[in-house]
Amino acid sequence: MASVSIESIRKDYGQTPVLRSVSLSIADGEFLTLLGPSGCGKSTLLRILAGLEVQDAGSVRIGDLVVDGLRPKRRDIAMVFQSYALYPHMNVASNMALPLRMRRLSALQRLPVLGRLLPRLAQITADIDVEVSRTAKSLGIGHLLSRKPGQLSGGQRQRVAVGRAMVRHPAVFLMDEPLSNLDAKLRVQMRAEIKELHQRLGVTFVYVTHDQAEAMTLSDRVAVMLDGELPQIAPPQDIYADPDYRRVAEFIGSPKINMFDGVVRERGLIDVAGSTLTIEADALTGTPLSLGIRPEAFYLADRGGQGTLTGSVRMIEHMGSDLFVHLDLAGIDQPLIARLLAERAPHIVPGQTLHVGARADRILLFTRDGRRLRREGDSPKGCVTPLREVVG
Amino acid sequence: MNGAISSNRLSLSAALVRHAVLLMTGTLILLPFVWMVSLSIKPPGEIFRASFSLWPAQLYAGENYTKALSETSLLRYMGNGVLVCAMILLSQILVCAPCAYALAKLRFPGRGLLFGLVLVGLLLPHQVLALPLFALGHQLGILNTYAALIFPYIVSPFGIFLFRQFFKTIPDDVVHAARLDGLSELAIVWRIMLPMALPAVIAFSIFSVVSHWNDLFWPLIAVRDQSLMPPPLGIMAFKNEEAGNDYGPLMAASTLVVLPLVIAFLAAQKWFVEGMTGGAVK
Repeated sequence: MASVSIESIRKDYGQTPVLRSVSLSIADGEFLTLLGPSGCGKSTLLRILAGLEVQDAGSVRIGDLVVDGLRPKRRDIAMVFQSYALYPHMNVASNMALPLRMRRLSALQRLPVLGRLLPRLAQITADIDVEVSRTAKSLGIGHLLSRKPGQLSGGQRQRVAVGRAMVRHPAVFLMDEPLSNLDAKLRVQMRAEIKELHQRLGVTFVYVTHDQAEAMTLSDRVAVMLDGELPQIAPPQDIYADPDYRRVAEFIGSPKINMFDGVVRERGLIDVAGSTLTIEADALTGTPLSLGIRPEAFYLADRGGQGTLTGSVRMIEHMGSDLFVHLDLAGIDQPLIARLLAERAPHIVPGQTLHVGARADRILLFTRDGRRLRREGDSPKGCVTPLREVVG
Repeated sequence: MNGAISSNRLSLSAALVRHAVLLMTGTLILLPFVWMVSLSIKPPGEIFRASFSLWPAQLYAGENYTKALSETSLLRYMGNGVLVCAMILLSQILVCAPCAYALAKLRFPGRGLLFGLVLVGLLLPHQVLALPLFALGHQLGILNTYAALIFPYIVSPFGIFLFRQFFKTIPDDVVHAARLDGLSELAIVWRIMLPMALPAVIAFSIFSVVSHWNDLFWPLIAVRDQSLMPPPLGIMAFKNEEAGNDYGPLMAASTLVVLPLVIAFLAAQKWFVEGMTGGAVK
């Protein structure tokens, strides 16, 4: 078991910066997810952690050891790849035994014929076989040991890949989108199994994904990665409900958060989309702000006026217990999307005029340059930007 | 219904044309072989007869083949051929696989230039190099030995090219996984890449063995000793010194020399095609 710390890692591909001074520390036994859209540099960071790529600047520490320049096999890590990367010419048992054979047998002992004549080989090989079959059993693939990867289903291959990583008890587990090649149902099942695996093994997991659901359900903490930077590292619920930056708020959540441009009218009132909302903001009159409102923060209001937004229904998506109602607001291109409980909003039809209010405590305020403007009552954070500093 | 029939007819005529073309080229290529086999079972009198027949009036196979085997050291030549081809193939794979791996999967400055040089090597006909190689062999003092027959072929640009194309199709993740599993770069080549590229290895083996088994040009320059000669050179010597105009045994010897190759190719045909096209499509 080991903690991992990454300090000011930079990586460029030619002229294109991929990672811009990324720092991150991961506690021993933590499940940390790197979440970001494709091409944001998260897989590159993981490969730098593994030693498969070399950073241009910065340093990686695993446990007490600075591992820069150490070969991957010396780093006490294991990795599960998106494509599983199993060796197709070896059966499952050989695939899983290979990391152990490479570590426990000398080069001479691994020779095909000569090796068999050497002493102690039988004992070591038998130990390896026992460990492989024990690991395989714990993953439910004990009966597949003699099969080749080509004869396995996607889920089975995934388990073999996990088994190959598990069998040598690494201090840190790296997973690079391990579930994205599985179908939706299997993905949910394997997600639960990975969570369980982490609890059982208790080692440090670094998990890369672009899937918010995976990040939210699995992680102790989520590190959101956007354009080669880590704007926010926080527990899943904070990433969702209390984002530090507008781009984090916009990346997390589906449907996307509703963003409106507004201007502070006077203390406690903000003009938004032809209406005025009652929001306490520590900002001077006339300050332009952006308001982020999650779809579920809306509620249906009986009548329009101050504190509500009014629009005509463009379309309705039925999700079972909930409705996603798309509203066209006057003077705004993007429709507002509100998530309403189906039983409370039974009679909505397209074209109808609707008034919605938003819970003041769920409205997120951002400065125009995209930083969060925290208000009284918001949870205190290191990242709070006093507005005067921004405007003045 | 009508449409289906007419499209069937169309494809039938297309198939006929295809087969006609294939049959014609096939015949053209096979004709010398058939003629060789036919001559090898004819008595001397029939070989120069004006009338044409594939099958002899009087079967003379036993005599011709016995003579081919008894009056020359054909088995010795074939033994030489096996030894030389095996050594060449082994050393080619030993050299080409690591080179191809480096060109396909490792990033280092000058990689593009090196690969360019490999392509240049592919373009050079072997005959151009015969004289320098002869001089080199003389300097090394290995002319007229097995080593002289083997050394020019140890590095095969074609092998490097073929393996590189195949290795390129193997995902990088497999290489990464192998590195994490503790394999050294050379271990990755021998334990992961080469077994995964088995079709390419088989295709290359057939190519290499066929061309060196049949090679006449370089052995003619490199060795003079009868006991070192590979099959084609041996047959040529046989023709000059003993057979004279006795084409029957000569053709019998030629048939025997080609036979192992035909058998080997038929056995490995499936992999050969896969190996040759595998790299091309992806």
